[in-house]
Amino acid sequence: MSFELPKLSYAYDALEPYIDAQTMEIHHSKHHAAYTSKLNGAIEGSELEGKSIEELLANVSNHSTAVRNNGGGFYNHNLYWEIMAPGGASQPEGDLLKAINDSLGSVDKFKEAFANAAATRFGSGWAWLVKQGDSLVVSSTPNQDNPLMDVADVKGTPILGIDVWEHAYYLKYQNKRPDYIDAFWKVINWGEVAKRFKG
Amino acid sequence: MSFELPALPYAKSALEPYISEKTLDFHYGKHHQTYVNKLNDLVPGTKFENADLETIVKEAEGGIFNNGAQVWNHTFYFMQFSPDGCKEPKDKLKTAIEAEWKTVEDFKEAFSQAAATLFGSGWAWLVKDDAGKLSIVQTSNAANPMRDGLTPILTCDVWEHAYYLDKQNARPKYVEDFWKVLDWKVVSERF
Repeated sequence: MSFELPKLSYAYDALEPYIDAQTMEIHHSKHHAAYTSKLNGAIEGSELEGKSIEELLANVSNHSTAVRNNGGGFYNHNLYWEIMAPGGASQPEGDLLKAINDSLGSVDKFKEAFANAAATRFGSGWAWLVKQGDSLVVSSTPNQDNPLMDVADVKGTPILGIDVWEHAYYLKYQNKRPDYIDAFWKVINWGEVAKRFKG
Repeated sequence: MSFELPALPYAKSALEPYISEKTLDFHYGKHHQTYVNKLNDLVPGTKFENADLETIVKEAEGGIFNNGAQVWNHTFYFMQFSPDGCKEPKDKLKTAIEAEWKTVEDFKEAFSQAAATLFGSGWAWLVKDDAGKLSIVQTSNAANPMRDGLTPILTCDVWEHAYYLDKQNARPKYVEDFWKVLDWKVVSERF
């Protein structure tokens, strides 16, 4: 079985004006599609074929660079599309809210730490909200690495992530990455984040 | 001592249609300028306060390195273009390229491949070692081959900001157009 590019549950223009339709279309149909097909190419005919993406990432140091880069790219974008949704952001609630308050001080402090991690990641990469047992931490990774990988400095289950490769925001925001991060808060699907927190 | 953004030796529209004026507005006017500004914010009070840029590239770490090397790399990149430059390497440089890659076309193909396949943000470089031998290297983010004792003579910026407004995900198309505005006279002088 090979990996498939997921369909989005909303239209390319659904996150306007925060994330523009052209960016969404190229990001999904070109970048994510390329990671997916290159991942399939990297594992085709090998013993890795048939393993889940989580299994591949957990032992990524044993695999080729192509599996690390494209497997990460495949997983990360899957998560990214799902933790966003049109219709205005809700807020974290219930157990997730409690965990954010307990681990990171408050929702505002969490947002500040997450935005800072995203803004200061030099070059291409991602910032994450990571579940470690019952607690949460904020981290960032270079390129297409993520916290599921055995090579990550901060390991755990990512429950929220922002793509800070320039391709995620350059057509609309150009050099102003902080403006893109501000806009990202407006499209977060906190219900999905809570679901991932619950596990 | 403070660092300054060097003036471009051509108009920002001069590399059209290969590199757009809009791209240069941002790439030179915003990204390059921001690296200069951040470097100037970071060096006062450090041991690099009176250092020249090359020393910073060779010796600094962290934010001073990232911003200092990006100032150096971008200046090196922008200065090698011309709308009406020399289109092919000549003389000694041509001979040195042919010694490694057989033909100039073969070299261009190998360099283009290096530029296209660097994963994430970074640079592809043509460098020479102490013996004058040429090679192609890739570096990530701000990294610069001078750290490894090599002398850069040509570079291609493959951070997405270098081409995304013009070419989006089509990095190979950007690299193809890169050759059309490269001034080999500048590259020869560096060699």
